[in-house]
Amino acid sequence: MSKHTYVYVTYILATPEKVWEAITDAQISASYWQRENVSDWKVGSSWEHRLPGKSPDIVGTVLESDRPRRLVTSWADPGDPSNAAKTSRVAMDIEDLSGKVRLTVTHTDLDDQGLRDISGGWPAVLSNLKTLLETGRTLPDPYGAVEGHPEAK
Amino acid sequence: MPDGMDLVFKALADATRRRLLDILHTQQGQTLAALAGGMKMTRQAVSQHLTVLEAANLIATIRRGREKLHYLNPVPIHEIQTRWIAKFETPRLDTLAALKRRLEGEAE
Repeated sequence: MSKHTYVYVTYILATPEKVWEAITDAQISASYWQRENVSDWKVGSSWEHRLPGKSPDIVGTVLESDRPRRLVTSWADPGDPSNAAKTSRVAMDIEDLSGKVRLTVTHTDLDDQGLRDISGGWPAVLSNLKTLLETGRTLPDPYGAVEGHPEAK
Repeated sequence: MPDGMDLVFKALADATRRRLLDILHTQQGQTLAALAGGMKMTRQAVSQHLTVLEAANLIATIRRGREKLHYLNPVPIHEIQTRWIAKFETPRLDTLAALKRRLEGEAE
């Protein structure tokens, strides 16, 4: 099966530290992503992506952690975490452009199902992250405007 | 970023650039050579269009060795969508879009 890569770029009026915090803090990530990202973010540690207080939807390992510049994590199905064929990789690069930040999300090693699962999801998450950091507010339902997204109500 | 949105609309106001986005939407991660191969124009002209698209953040590029791979970046288009389309309108608009595709065929 062929593997897919997706790249998402957004510019945010914020500092790299604020962007890093928004990605890695459980409470902040839950506010714009619905799910909290939980880990100590040390290389080799595990991380979880889950509805607050629930069992995780995604589990993985922290592969690179260079605060506040680059975070690389593996993404696996909690029911089948050691299945390399179903494990993808997400690199988040946070680039300081004096006054604003370029956030690049590179999602690699996606199989066809994984591609369907994330398409539409990342733009919504990144738009909502941008709105949160620039205005302090989040959009009421980040998935509401995503066609066919499983979380759209 | 008001001037950012100007760049997006200017970049989209050109059929060739929309075609390049269509090609990347079909297959992500293409080189300039591959993209130029699918267009009836010089590689240099395609390269200039890609520069406009990249300045508008509609495409992102990754270097892999000596190759530069181009990816459609849907984030600015999503921002346009969330700015003018309220959540409750989405199902109705999807229905209309599906009807239009069915009546007109898959073209455009």
